[in-house]
Amino acid sequence: MREAPEGAGGRPRAAVVRDALGVGVAVGLSGFAFGVTAAGAGMSVLQACVLSLLVFTGASQFALVGALAAGGNPFTAAAGAFFLGTRNAFYGLRLSQLLALPKAVRPFAAHWVIDETTAVSLAQPDRRSARLGFTVTGLTLYLLWNLTTLLGALGAEAIGDTAAWGLDAAGPAVFLALLAPMLKSTTERAVAGLALVLGLGFLPVLPAGVPVLIAALAAPAVLWLKGSRSPQDSRRSPKGGRP
Amino acid sequence: MNVWIAIGLTAAGCYAVKLAGLLVPAGALERPAVRRLSALLPVALLAALTAQQTFSTGHDLVLDARAAGLAAAAVALLLRAPFLVVVGAAVVVTAGVRALGG
Repeated sequence: MREAPEGAGGRPRAAVVRDALGVGVAVGLSGFAFGVTAAGAGMSVLQACVLSLLVFTGASQFALVGALAAGGNPFTAAAGAFFLGTRNAFYGLRLSQLLALPKAVRPFAAHWVIDETTAVSLAQPDRRSARLGFTVTGLTLYLLWNLTTLLGALGAEAIGDTAAWGLDAAGPAVFLALLAPMLKSTTERAVAGLALVLGLGFLPVLPAGVPVLIAALAAPAVLWLKGSRSPQDSRRSPKGGRP
Repeated sequence: MNVWIAIGLTAAGCYAVKLAGLLVPAGALERPAVRRLSALLPVALLAALTAQQTFSTGHDLVLDARAAGLAAAAVALLLRAPFLVVVGAAVVVTAGVRALGG
């Protein structure tokens, strides 16, 4: 890890906090879109809020809500959300080296291991700044994401037909915004293209929630097709500013 | 009840993978194949989810106002608009096309 000299070499705390707040506030506000989407998909306000409190990883939450709204059974719906969440394990791996958290703190810190906290932490030059960035981003995002989920769910109930307001487009737009920065090389584009075809192709004929799991096979399929060619993908880095 | 089962499973599963990353020894997940697969899985899932939630209703493939909304979001992304603007563009254009009878 990049360890800067202590003291004068460290980044000013104010600069770290400013970065962290910027990401936390911008993404935290998008919890509103989740609350609205969840309510529009037929979830209760309580269910939407429990998801944001306990799952707290945006893409998985949107995926679960969308799968249930499409009539998926709870197990396939949860499986899709789970597979989307697996990337957080790899963030955790890098953060555990960077932050060097005491064992007792890890179960609590784990809940905040997501795209944004990882992006902010990895951008810091030293451990002290990384810990500060992780904590401020995590806290800001957790508070705002849950507050805006509540407001969004309540607001959706108040306005009634969310589709008339175009709010059913919020979920797929969130997915697209998360996906776009990942499409760096032809490998990623091939996976995305194949997954799109599989996801839409099997949709009319298989139970809801299953086609997306089949589409996930596009990842190993493309890797397998690439065969044993030398690894050319750079190490995956987390994307900033996205839930 | 089904919804609560799904919420419980998702919450437990997502927390478990987050914690696993912080607890397992670094070597366990560092194999290049595992790392590459984990980077590509979200790509596949997000692409499929984007397509399905834009171009389908239930088991039917459809082309409706959401496609226009997603196109607007794509344009916003190309212009490097902030996250909230991207989502807002999709919502506003979808609503607009629907209001015009699309």
